[in-house]
Amino acid sequence: MRVLSLGRWLRAGLVLPGGPASRHSGDRHSGHRPQAPPQGPAQKVSVEVLEHLEQLALVDFRDSEGVERLQKAIQFADQLHEVNTDGVEPMDSVLEDRCLYLREDDVTEGNCTKELLENARETVEEYFVAPPGNIPLVKLEEQKTYLQGSK
Amino acid sequence: MAAMATMVAAGCGGVWCRARQRCARWPGPGSRPFLRAQRAVVCNARGGAVSAGKSGLAPWIPVVGLEIHAQISSNSKLFSGSRVQFAAPPNSLVSFFDASLPGTLPVLNRRCVEAAVMTALALNCRINKKSLFDRKHYFYADLPAGYQITQQRVPIAVNGSLSYSLCIDNKMSQMVTKTVRIKQIQLEQDSGKSLHDDTRSQTFVDLNRAGVGLMELVMEPDMCCGEEAAAAVRELQLILQTLGSSQAVMAEGQLRVDANVSVHHPGEPYGVRTEVKNINSIRFLAKAVDYEIQRQIQELGNGGTILNETRAFDSKLGCTVPMRDKEGKQDYRFMPEPNLPPLILYDAKSLPANMNHQQVINIDWIHERLPDLPSVKREKLVEQYGILPEHSFTLLSEDGLAEFFESVVKQTQMKPKKVIGWILNDLLSYLKQHSLTVKESPVSSFLLADLLNLLEKKEISSTAAKRVLAELWKGEGKTPLETVKEHKLELLQDQKELEQICQAVIDGQENEVMAIKAGNRKVLNKLIGLVQKKTQGRSNPVLVKQLLEKKLSE
Repeated sequence: MRVLSLGRWLRAGLVLPGGPASRHSGDRHSGHRPQAPPQGPAQKVSVEVLEHLEQLALVDFRDSEGVERLQKAIQFADQLHEVNTDGVEPMDSVLEDRCLYLREDDVTEGNCTKELLENARETVEEYFVAPPGNIPLVKLEEQKTYLQGSK
Repeated sequence: MAAMATMVAAGCGGVWCRARQRCARWPGPGSRPFLRAQRAVVCNARGGAVSAGKSGLAPWIPVVGLEIHAQISSNSKLFSGSRVQFAAPPNSLVSFFDASLPGTLPVLNRRCVEAAVMTALALNCRINKKSLFDRKHYFYADLPAGYQITQQRVPIAVNGSLSYSLCIDNKMSQMVTKTVRIKQIQLEQDSGKSLHDDTRSQTFVDLNRAGVGLMELVMEPDMCCGEEAAAAVRELQLILQTLGSSQAVMAEGQLRVDANVSVHHPGEPYGVRTEVKNINSIRFLAKAVDYEIQRQIQELGNGGTILNETRAFDSKLGCTVPMRDKEGKQDYRFMPEPNLPPLILYDAKSLPANMNHQQVINIDWIHERLPDLPSVKREKLVEQYGILPEHSFTLLSEDGLAEFFESVVKQTQMKPKKVIGWILNDLLSYLKQHSLTVKESPVSSFLLADLLNLLEKKEISSTAAKRVLAELWKGEGKTPLETVKEHKLELLQDQKELEQICQAVIDGQENEVMAIKAGNRKVLNKLIGLVQKKTQGRSNPVLVKQLLEKKLSE
C-alpha cells in the first residue's frame, strides 16, 4: 500500500528532493519543477534522499528489490523530459478551465457520529483514539531497515 | 564578564528604534525609507529593552512578525456542509469529507470566499482574481487526510497594510499611528482537536473543528516589541468583528496568533528567528514577545546561539519553552490540489454576462457594502462630537460603548465633551470593577442622560451627581430625581442659609481667616471645603467662593 502511494506521487511528475527541502515561498515552480537529469547513464538515487523519503512518507523500502523498483520508476518518469516544454505554463490540474463551483453556506451534513466511529478500531466516549502526539521516529542508527543494513 | 553582558534597562525602548533610524543599510524586503521615519517613534519595551551604551556594544534590534489564523464566521465549513459551532458533542459536526473517508471531494463555500474578500479589501490588499489551492502534507492525528488544503502558491490576496494606534509612554494623550504590512491572506482548512492523555499514552481526537474555514494573515516583520504586536492584533480583531468575517474571540480559538521573533545588530542581517505558539490572549502575546526578545538578547550576549525552533508560551511561568513535538524541519511537500479548479473572482468590468449570479463573486459589489472600519468610525466621532482621539479610541475598544455614548448625547443637553468624561471615567470604571459589559450595565443610557440633565440644570452639584450614580448602580429601579430627593442631595437654593453657613465657618476658623487676609489665597479652598462638608455637598462651590470672598473682604 505504501509503495503504491509512492508510485502515484512519482506519476504526478514530481522528483524526489535532493536533500532536506526548505519551506517553499511564493515561487510557483519551487518543488514542482522536475530537476533535469544528466542525459546518458541513469542517475542513481542517493541514500540520503532515500532515507529522507522514508522519514517523510513513512515508507520502508524493505529490500534491494524495493529500491530497484523505485529507481526504475524514476527512470520511467524521466521520459517526460524528452518533451520540450519551453515557454509552456505547467498545468496543475485537468480542471483548470472548469468553473469552481461555489456552494451556499447551508448546513447539510454532519450528525453521523455513530457511523463515523464504526470504522475506528478504538474509541472512548465518542472520541477517536490515536497514539500520542508525534511519535518521534526511531533514531536512524537504531533503525533496522534495508538501507541501514546496506551501510 | 559583566562588562560584556548587556544591561537590561527598562524604558530604554527608545534606543532600539532610534538606533534603527541611524543604521545606513536596512536589510529587508524592498527597503522603504518612509518606514524608518515611522519607526523612529519610541517603542515601549517593557519586556526589557537593551542598551549597551556603557560597554560600547551595539544595541539590539528586535524584529517581530505575526502569523494570524482567524476562523471564518460561517454556518458551514470551508469545503463541506457540516456545521461550524464552538462547543458540541465530540464528532457530531463531522461529515464524511471532514473525516477524510474515501470517495469524498471538497466543495468550496461561497460565504468563506466573501469573508476573505471583505477582509482583504479592509486591509488594502491586492486581490488575486485567480487564486489556487494547494495541499500541505504532514502527519498528525487530528489531520485525517494527511494534508491540509491551503493556498500557498497564489493566495486570494497579497500586499496589504494594517494601521494601528499606540500610546507613547503609557499616556493616552499621546497616540501615534503605525503600520504593519500584510504579506498575504489565504484561505485554508482548520484541523481537528487533539486531547492528549499522557498517562495512558494516547490521544483523543475530535474532528468537529476539522475543515472549518480559516483566513491566514501573514504580516511582514515590521514590529519591534510586544506592545506593537498586541496593538496590531487588537486593531485587527476590531476590524474583523466590524466586518463580521470573523468573531475573532481569542479565548474560543477563533483568533490564533503565532509570533516570529529575532534580534540583530543595526546594519547586520536579520538574526535566526524562533516561532512562538500557544498564545491565548492579547495580553499574553505582548508578554510572550517581550520575553522571547529578552531571552534571545541574553542568550546571544552570553555567547550562545539561537536555534531556529518552535517554542511554546507558558502563561503560568511567563516564559517560552521549546516544543518537543516538532521533530526536525518539516517538509510539507506542497502540491496543487487536483480536485479544485482555480478560484476566479470578478469585478464590475470583468463580470461575465451569462453566468448564474450565485456562482459569481463580484469584488466591487462587496467593496460598496463594506461597513465603516474602526478607524473611520473614530474619526467620525471626533468630528461629530468634538471629543479627543484617545477618547474615541476607548469608546470603540469596548463593545457597545460608542452606541451608549451617542444615545446619552441625544437625550441630554450636556455638551458631548462633558458627557464623555462621565462615560469614560465613571461608567466605564464601574463596569470594569464589576466585570460587566456595556449591555449588562444596570444604568441605562436613559438614566444617565436624566442624571446629567439634573447636573446641567444646576439642581445638583457634580459631587452629588457622583453619589446618585453610585445609588443608581445598585439597580433598584429608582430614577435620578427620586434618588436625589431621597438622599437630600439637591443644591441649596436658599442664599440666606448658605450665607449663614459661610459665616459660621469663617467664625470657626480664625487662623485660616488671618492667613487669607495676610495674602495666602490658597487657604480659601480649605474654607470652601469646610462649607461643602457642612452642607453635605449640597452647595455650589463657585457660589460659596464668591460669598466667602465677599465676607472676608468686609
